[in-house]
Amino acid sequence: MLAYEFMRTAFLAAFLAALVCGPVGWFLVLRGQSFASHALSHVGFAGAAAALLLGQPALLGLGLGAVGGGVAIGMAGDRLVGRDVTIGLVLSVAMGIGALCLHFLTHSASSATALLFGDILGIGPSMLVWLGALSVACLLGLAIVARPLLFASLQPEQAEARGVNLRLLDILFLVIVAVATAQCAQITGVLLVFTLMIAPAAASLRMGFAPLQGMGIATLLALLEGWLGLVLAWYTNCPTTFWIAILGGSVFTTATLFCRLRGR
Amino acid sequence: MSSAAVQVSGVTLLRQQRPVLDNISFTIPAGSFVGVLGGNGAGKTTLFRTLLGLEKPSAGQIWIEGQPTQKGRMSIGYMPQVRGMVAAQLSGWSMVAAAQQGWKWGLPFYNEKARTDIDAALAAVDAQDLASCPVGSLSGGERQRLMLAQALLDNPRILLLDEPLASLDPARMRETAERIYALAQARGMTVLMSTHDINPLMGLMDHVLYMAHGKAVLGRVEDVMTTQTLSALYGAPVEVVRAGNRLFVVAEGGGASLQSCMCVGHGA
Ligand SMILES: Nc1ncnc2c1ncn2[C@@H]1O[C@H](COP(=O)(O)OP(=O)(O)OP(=O)(O)O)[C@@H](O)[C@H]1O
Ligand SMILES: [Mg+2]
Repeated sequence: MLAYEFMRTAFLAAFLAALVCGPVGWFLVLRGQSFASHALSHVGFAGAAAALLLGQPALLGLGLGAVGGGVAIGMAGDRLVGRDVTIGLVLSVAMGIGALCLHFLTHSASSATALLFGDILGIGPSMLVWLGALSVACLLGLAIVARPLLFASLQPEQAEARGVNLRLLDILFLVIVAVATAQCAQITGVLLVFTLMIAPAAASLRMGFAPLQGMGIATLLALLEGWLGLVLAWYTNCPTTFWIAILGGSVFTTATLFCRLRGR
Repeated sequence: MSSAAVQVSGVTLLRQQRPVLDNISFTIPAGSFVGVLGGNGAGKTTLFRTLLGLEKPSAGQIWIEGQPTQKGRMSIGYMPQVRGMVAAQLSGWSMVAAAQQGWKWGLPFYNEKARTDIDAALAAVDAQDLASCPVGSLSGGERQRLMLAQALLDNPRILLLDEPLASLDPARMRETAERIYALAQARGMTVLMSTHDINPLMGLMDHVLYMAHGKAVLGRVEDVMTTQTLSALYGAPVEVVRAGNRLFVVAEGGGASLQSCMCVGHGA
């Protein structure tokens, strides 16, 4: 299986995605923002579809779209306004625009499917370099904001009193999420970013690990999901994305059962 | 500016054109233990946030230990009014640790000294045994102890505690008040603590800050908690009733003035 270049690239890509999905997802679940990340991937989809229509690389549109969406959600998301409404609106408008772009993008229906459901086996070496760069950028960003972000997530008023700028932190984090989403969408597609980013993180939080450990465990689980998904896809005739999604569900269910058994 | 821990002079704060704090002035000497009283919406939380520099008053000045107030002042420990807590699965220790120099950029990594500080804060509120429990499995009162431990990190000289006694049973209220008092005495801290029930603080408070209709009076308990002073503050006749060594504030006429009346004390 590893004799093929595209498989080696796929394993590496899954590794790069897991590195980012673990810690970013951990914060998303902690902050109750998993829905926001879901929406960002859809905004990214609109951006990518628009980019394809203009003959630009999809990843560029995906990244720009998601980052734009992240900043917009961060700015609009006042504490008073129900965030889920804002996010839901952003999500549906984005999907609408994406649908419009795809409608005119008659010549490449396959790239539309790749956008929605991912195409890990189609990743080339130059794309891999891009994914690596995005991973490094995300991890660096998160390493800088992690401490105040944790404080602000758990104890916002106290953090504010200590001089933490909640709004700025919120926007910075959403930008990191956006970049992570763009990267992850290459592997799972925009519709299933959730499975690699949220499922492992939710499982690790449920098992009650301390923050840094929890992020590490989430990363390992995401890696397990990605690699096992690739292996299973190799030996069966089903797409990788299918297996990753199924494994995501299993990881979370197993963690829940595990905690039940231990009486937590 | 000698020994005033908190000095407030002519502070007015408007919310939707309505003064929530209306030309308030008072001075709290360092080392005092102050109970902040007032009904729902009297402005206690707003006052604390203003002292912390989180709300900008439209008029007046605030000095904390002789310095104009500003965000991020390390000498103040703040315990916000309890809201729902996220992250039910995190342990009590992680919860408290998140507040340890949590404003610094970087990773949430705790060295030996940080760990010692966190353990000491937990020990100060008798919460060592809560450290390993998931926060979600703790009772409301136990969570409040963790929040108090967070406020004690970094050895503040002033503590602003917003309703630290809320949702405690009467015995626990007194116990918690005494614990805070003992801590304040031992560390020479100034404490402002808001509460709806003055009785657990009786005998511990040096001063009471009574708030109503955006106004506030500060004074000794026996001076403030009188029928005349509080009637003047409310702008309506209220009566301070003593039952044994407990105090209650009741509206005299009942009816329309009842809403602005607050009952200090938990049933006779
Ligand atoms: N964010 C806000 N926007 C507008 N008005 C507000 C806001 N926060 C508080 N207020 C108003 O300011 C007044 C004082 O509120 P505050 O929270 O300070 O009262 P409190 O004394 O802490 O009450 P409680 O005992 O219920 O905690 C209230 O009338 C409230 O409606
Ligand atoms: Mg309040």
